[in-house]
Amino acid sequence: MTNAQQAKIQVRNLSKVFGSDTKKALQLRDQGLNRSQILEQTGQTLGLSNIDFDVHEGELLVIMGLSGSGKSTLIRCLNRLIEPTEGDIIIDGENIPQLSEKALLQCRRKHFSMVFQNFALFPHRTVRMNAEYGLEIRGIPKEERAKKAADALKQVGLEGWEDSYPNQLSGGMQQRVGLARALANDSSVLLMDEAFSALDPLIRRDMQQELIELQHRMQKTTIFITHDLDEALNIGDRIILLRDGEVVQIGTPEEILTSPADDYVARFTQGVDRSRVVTARRAMRPVRATARIEDGPRTVLRKMVESSLDSIYVIDRERKLLGVVDAERADEAAKAGSDSIRELIDDDYPCVGPDESLSRLYSMFTKRHCPIAVVDEEQRLLGVVVKGAVLEQLATAGEA
Amino acid sequence: MNFEIPRIPLGSWIESGLNFLTTEFSGVTRAISRTTQAGINLLNDGLMWLPEWALLGLIVLLCWRLSGHRLAIGAALGLALIWNLGLWNPMIQTLTLVVIATLVAVVIALPLGILAAVSDRFYRVIMPVLDFMQTMPAFVYLIPAIPFFGIGSVSGIFATVIFAMPPAIRFTTLGIRQVPTELVEAADAFGSTRTQKLVKVQLPLSLPTLMGGINQTIMLSLSMVVIAAMIGANGLGSEVWRAIQRLRPGDGFEAGLAVVIMAMLLDRLTQSFRGRKRAK
Ligand SMILES: Nc1ncnc2c1ncn2[C@@H]1O[C@H](COP(=O)(O)OP(=O)(O)OP(=O)(O)O)[C@@H](O)[C@H]1O
Ligand SMILES: [Mg+2]
Repeated sequence: MTNAQQAKIQVRNLSKVFGSDTKKALQLRDQGLNRSQILEQTGQTLGLSNIDFDVHEGELLVIMGLSGSGKSTLIRCLNRLIEPTEGDIIIDGENIPQLSEKALLQCRRKHFSMVFQNFALFPHRTVRMNAEYGLEIRGIPKEERAKKAADALKQVGLEGWEDSYPNQLSGGMQQRVGLARALANDSSVLLMDEAFSALDPLIRRDMQQELIELQHRMQKTTIFITHDLDEALNIGDRIILLRDGEVVQIGTPEEILTSPADDYVARFTQGVDRSRVVTARRAMRPVRATARIEDGPRTVLRKMVESSLDSIYVIDRERKLLGVVDAERADEAAKAGSDSIRELIDDDYPCVGPDESLSRLYSMFTKRHCPIAVVDEEQRLLGVVVKGAVLEQLATAGEA
Repeated sequence: MNFEIPRIPLGSWIESGLNFLTTEFSGVTRAISRTTQAGINLLNDGLMWLPEWALLGLIVLLCWRLSGHRLAIGAALGLALIWNLGLWNPMIQTLTLVVIATLVAVVIALPLGILAAVSDRFYRVIMPVLDFMQTMPAFVYLIPAIPFFGIGSVSGIFATVIFAMPPAIRFTTLGIRQVPTELVEAADAFGSTRTQKLVKVQLPLSLPTLMGGINQTIMLSLSMVVIAAMIGANGLGSEVWRAIQRLRPGDGFEAGLAVVIMAMLLDRLTQSFRGRKRAK
């Protein structure tokens, strides 16, 4: 699925040496020396070595690795906050390492917005002015700036806080401002360096969920850095694993979990391999709203809107599950003047018993926003499982 | 054998250098001298034109608005005492010199400080120069001032600027370098130009530190314009100087007290400004 997608950014052969004699360090690397040997012989740090990957249009790509593995270096090479030593970074036909200073400014304005671990909000500017920053330096007229900033603040749920200063907000809210500042800018790629690491766990989970929703809504190409596997599994379309400045594995969360490329990855994922003992019942959530078979398309639509669902389960009087109706079809039927949903019901939906194992559930997820129904022997609807919940269980279940 | 190491004629080199400068650049120095003198006269006459009570009222009001009633009361009492002692006009002259010297110092110091903050090379060059400027005994600056600008207030300003400028440079550099790297990165990441980064992020965030530097510059200016009475700068300093020459310790003490009052007022005022900025 992902392979067919278009590459937004192509990173080829990217290396970074911290030090003055970078040639020597790269020579040694080519002779097969590793990072610590190079450090010993030349006193230079091989931050990144021969990195190759594509970033697909519209995906949420997670870069994961232990502390010091080069994640921050990598993301900062993309917009040249750190100068790469060699290699190509191609975005829309432009090769970033080769850009002149002036072209680089334009490239940063057009393509990249960044969200920082410790928020990096400007303390002397209000929330609104922070959100406007990227637009302001591009010389966007005042009214347009204000409108875009207001939109972005709304996206992250910060209406009403426009005139506060960052130090008047909680950590979670501050990072929302950071996110709004990046979104307002309308750049094509969002760079997030451990954006949620400074938040406490509960807020962090909320933010992850919101990011997933936001990203799904806006289809913005996002590169997200984390050293936390749970986070990576939860939000990533694909994950890149780094170790000592090299790529160890690139793949979907599932691939990383099920076929770790080597011991390093396996060790990373060990703690998560509890999927076989955990069942659907644990990951299940109550259904927010259901439609009855007697309902007309308008009623069903209303229910969906109220509970913000894209599709709704249809049950009969005994709570037996008959199928799903999706919003688009209900809308068409309503417009066409139909007053029954019987023809709209789709009975080809994923469905499992409460004792189904999570690993099997996980493999059933093909599209991100298609939940799995959980039913008992009588085909009565017990609840639903969404992808995020499975991952959450995978990540935390065994700890209890 | 008796080796005699010849004395290095450092002093005479300096003198011939100064001679060269004064003759070659007399046009420039005269122009500087004229504009500075005009500035001094303008400000001085303006402040003198106001009746004592009006200026006193204005200063008290300023103290009250910027700081609070305590400083306002202090200012009222202190200034009334100066007026009563008949030292009002010398005080105005001193104030004029301090204001002009500080302005000139800050105007020169800001760009230098910014340059030292963004360029490591310039930083390495200017820091020893600043050390030199600050440790050289203040009186020494008075001597070359005279061949350049003659006896009088302009020479006083010249010496004062050199003496009082280093902290303004230092604090500007420090303030900018203290801005957290993440904030500078953020400014860069959004594609700010150097100027935008400076104006929108670095300078506003270094303002409290910068104000600290300006405060020091003002205090050093005050101490120097008093000393500059020795080369003919008018004001409270010349009152002290005259008291010394006539051996009248009472007069000297009165003028000295007026300097102390001015120093306290200027210090508290600039500090309250600094505190206000920080509270924001
Ligand atoms: N400016 C620098 N000079 C020298 N070495 C550096 C510099 N910046 C980073 N490094 C080194 O490069 C390596 C990768 O650092 P990087 O900050 O990219 O790691 P990271 O994966 O982001 O780690 P963390 O999770 O701690 O943020 C580390 O060994 C670090 O010491
Ligand atoms: Mg990092």
